Amino acid sequence: MVGAGAGLLLLAFGRGAVAVAQDAKEPTPSLYEQALDKILGNSKPLPGKIIFEIPEIAENGNTVPYAITIDSPMTSSDHVKSVHILSSQNPLPHVASFTLTPLTGRAYVSSRMRLAKTQEVVVLAELSSGKFLMGQRTVKVTIGGCGG
Amino acid sequence: MSLRPRIKLPDAIKPGEIIEIKTLISHIMETGQRRDKDGRTIPRKIINAFRATFDGQEVFSATLYPGTSANPYLVFNMRVPGPGDLEFTWVEDGGAVTTERVKLNVSV
Repeated sequence: MVGAGAGLLLLAFGRGAVAVAQDAKEPTPSLYEQALDKILGNSKPLPGKIIFEIPEIAENGNTVPYAITIDSPMTSSDHVKSVHILSSQNPLPHVASFTLTPLTGRAYVSSRMRLAKTQEVVVLAELSSGKFLMGQRTVKVTIGGCGG
Repeated sequence: MSLRPRIKLPDAIKPGEIIEIKTLISHIMETGQRRDKDGRTIPRKIINAFRATFDGQEVFSATLYPGTSANPYLVFNMRVPGPGDLEFTWVEDGGAVTTERVKLNVSV
């Protein structure tokens, strides 16, 4: 009886170990990864063509200025449809999404963002063709934003 | 909602020109992540949307999240088709809307 009990116990432990291994293989995607997936769907973004101006070192994470320029003729058949900005390490990754039109004339937007700590900031631009462009920059943050 | 939006346009505008439009609205952009002295979460209250139209046609719009700084400042461009009316709207959590209209003076 004692032998059978030990065997059952071992079996239980064994299953536990398997379950842990499966969890490790498929970690829950972070909010940042979820936000990225939601914007991109199945598209693979192409690098380049985005001029992403943001300070390398931000002394105050509460207001980090940025400007995004994309080389585009901005005609009705060939324009940037939307620009998304995501922070990889903020508690809430999405910063802003912008919709541009041919009337915008130039694929440019500038604003200010909060950065909780040093991290990568990612820009995704969707073109009228459905293609995505991606740009990213690392910003060192001296004093984090986003509040207590 | 008296949020005092500010809009800056160039002084002289010619038809066909691409102009820069700067907008700013005073707003705390409360993230919903902060806690008060007693440890209670301060509810989120942000400007969540902005839209600029020219004679009813969309020029530029934005969806904003708590990652956007207080007093949201937005700079964008517009290709000026001719004289017309610009309308800017800001929407706050809860649905309050601030609207500002500007006549675009275009010198031919």
